[in-house]
This record gives sequence, structure tokens and C-alpha cells, in this order.
Amino acid sequence: MLAKRIIPCLDVKDNVVVKGVQFRNHQVMGDIVELAQRYSNEGADELVFYDITASSESRNVAYEWVEKVARVINIPFCVAGGIRNIDTARKILEKGADKISINSPALENPDLINQLVETFGSQCIVIGIDSHYEHNDYHVYQYTGSEKTIQSAKRLTKDWVIEVQKRGAGEIVLNCMNQDGMRQGYDIKQLTSLRPFIHIPLIASGGAGQMQHFLDVFQIAKVDGALAASVFHKQEIEIENLKSFLKQNNIIIRT
Amino acid sequence: MIAVINSGVANISSVVFALNRLGFEATVTRDIKTIVSADKVILPGVGAAAVTMKNLHEFGLIPVIQQLTQPVLGVCLGMQLLFESSSEGDVDCLGIIPGKITKMTGDDLIIPHMGWNTLNFVHASPFENQYVYYVHSFYAEVSEYTVATTTYGKPFTAIVKKDNFQGMQFHPERSGDVGEKLLMNFISPPL
Repeated sequence: MLAKRIIPCLDVKDNVVVKGVQFRNHQVMGDIVELAQRYSNEGADELVFYDITASSESRNVAYEWVEKVARVINIPFCVAGGIRNIDTARKILEKGADKISINSPALENPDLINQLVETFGSQCIVIGIDSHYEHNDYHVYQYTGSEKTIQSAKRLTKDWVIEVQKRGAGEIVLNCMNQDGMRQGYDIKQLTSLRPFIHIPLIASGGAGQMQHFLDVFQIAKVDGALAASVFHKQEIEIENLKSFLKQNNIIIRT
Repeated sequence: MIAVINSGVANISSVVFALNRLGFEATVTRDIKTIVSADKVILPGVGAAAVTMKNLHEFGLIPVIQQLTQPVLGVCLGMQLLFESSSEGDVDCLGIIPGKITKMTGDDLIIPHMGWNTLNFVHASPFENQYVYYVHSFYAEVSEYTVATTTYGKPFTAIVKKDNFQGMQFHPERSGDVGEKLLMNFISPPL
């Protein structure tokens, strides 16, 4: 049986791992390669690296660390941030990343999704979506790396998840902004409401604070993976403990 | 020497890095002499079957691969290319192993099949029920050449072997310690 995935997310800024609350007040959490190796050894199923400054400050990420990570870990990983063309995507994949994730650039130029899919295949093209609940519906936001640049993308989240699938995306990471960094649990309501429209793997992001939150999001929202950052970085939840807890509760987990 | 065939698609470096972690050097190449003289040959690949077959054709590698006599390992798309044809782009493949590659289908089946899934072996194996990492939407039916299966909707070929040719549908280079042991077994088969 296909296992549910536990995915530590490493927000990268200036080549170190950071974490802020609702995209603000970033604290340094540690070295990229060291954290990657630690999570890989502890049983993470996959890693995601987001360069959170890349899109909003319109600069290229320094991708040198990608190859260093690819050399040391033996689990898959995805790189996000600042990927706005085929050449940058190719550079990252050639350095050994398994997938690339795009967010704001896909909203600016949705054809980029098709171009990436045609060049590299669906399997390595992930779409990250920052979704915010307001005016009785879920809305997509972009340039969320900084408080100064964040803005509404003027799209409903539901419309956007349908569109990115039509364009060939291989996976969706849905970051529920109202919950992000709050540790009150994943946005089960939002994820459950969108799941029927998503026929590719769906990864929940934003809000994990306790082991129960992971169980809830797998059991209720039927997501394929759960992403979290600070609970892992601060070692409040050990991946090994989390996995045995989920397994005891009949979630299919790789141990 | 281990030759990793450069089929012109991305994601070859992760295979090389895995070999390096196991203590082996590998040469990424499309040079015919280098491939023919290698002790082991790995055909990696992600992306589309039609594009990769077109690349192999342009590089003059199709008859070269077909006639290799040393151990050859196809990984993911590289495994699929060992078969006769693929419905992905409706293309003829290398025709080394009988069978066709088709798209996964099924009610409520999330596609691509992405993530960690278990191996079930036709004959007893220390890797029974071990998890390996998959990312694919096309698959090979179970046949007499199937060594191990994985079930997603229904069982499909996870590991295939015919003569000196082997294939793995999953990514051993990204399948944790299990994947590294499977790669090691290909390079130095246990006696």
C-alpha cells in the first residue's frame, strides 16, 4: 500500500534554514545540509526546500546547496523559490533535485506550468499554493515571502487547483495561510472541501502543532502527505515518534 | 567501471551520487565505446518515453543497448524503455523484454503514483514488504519476467529481469537504505 508521507519543510533564506510566524519574523533554524541529513536519518519521507525570499525580491536563489543536499541524502527532495523559467528549473534538476515547485511565477505566467511539464514531465512539477480564507471563500495569494510584497492573486483557490491540473502539474502543496505557524492544526475544512477537485497528490501545509494534527489531516482530509517545519526544527515532534503514533492509528506509514 | 547512459533528460546526477555514496565511481556518457566496455551499465530516466527514445535514436544508442552483454539496469523510465513499446507517446521502445507499457487507470486512483510503496517478491527475498520510492504514471503488467510487484490499484511490475537486463520501476537512488542495498546487489550480486 502507498504510504502517507511526512515531509519536513525547510524554509531557506540566505543559505540557512529559517522559520517565521505567518511569513514574518524569520528566525535562523540551522544549516541546510545538516538539517537535511538529520531528517533523512530520522525517517522523513521527503524534504521540501522553499527559498522564501526568491520570488518576492525577484532574484535567483543561490542553488549551490542543492547539489550538496543531493549528494548526502537518499530520499527525494523538492526545491521551490525563484524558479521562473526552464533554464533555472533544469539547473536545479541537474544538480539532483527530484522535483521543483513553483508558486508566484505560475500565477504570473500559467503557461510556464505547461512548458515545465512538456520539458521535464508531470512527475517533477509541483505547484505550491498559498491560500487564504476571506469573504466566505478561499483565495490565492502571491509574493508571500515578505509582508511588503504579499498580495491577492485575484483567483479562487478552487479554480486555480483545477487549472494547474489541466496544465499538467504532478502534485499540489496547499499552504493554508490562516493556519500557518499557528500550530492549531491543519486547515481540515479547506483541505476536505478541495480534495474532491484534486486528482493528483495533495500535500497539506500550515498549522501542524501536535501529532494528533497529522492523524486528523490524513484521516479526515485524505491528503497524500503532510508538510511541517517548526515542530520538526524545534524537535517538539520527533519524526520517529510521529510515525509510530500514526501507524498505531492505522495510517499506512513507512517505518 | 559503471557507465550511466546520458539519455539527454534531467535527474541523472542523483543516480551518480547514490553510486558515489556506495563507494563507486560512475561515468555519465553517451559514448558508444565507453558504454560497451563498461562492467555495468545503468539506463536512468525521468520524463517522457517518446522524447527519450528519440534521444537514444539520435545518439545511435538503440542497437548498442540492445546488444549489451554485461549487467544492465534500467531505472524508472529506463526500465520502461527495456520493454517493447509504451503508450506514452505511442512509441516503440528497446524491445529487450516482452511486454507493453501502459498508463495507470482506476477509479479514485491518484495519479501519478507518487511516494513510498512496498515490494512483494515472486520468490522469497530479504526485501519483502520493504518500502521504495515511486514517481510514475505508466507501468508494466506482471509477466513471467517479473521479479517483484507493487500494488497500486492492482499489482504491477516493480522489478523485472531477463538475462543480463534488469529494471526497477521505483527510484533506488531515492529509496533510502533499501534502495541503496538494491543498487549494491546489482553492482555486486550476493553469491
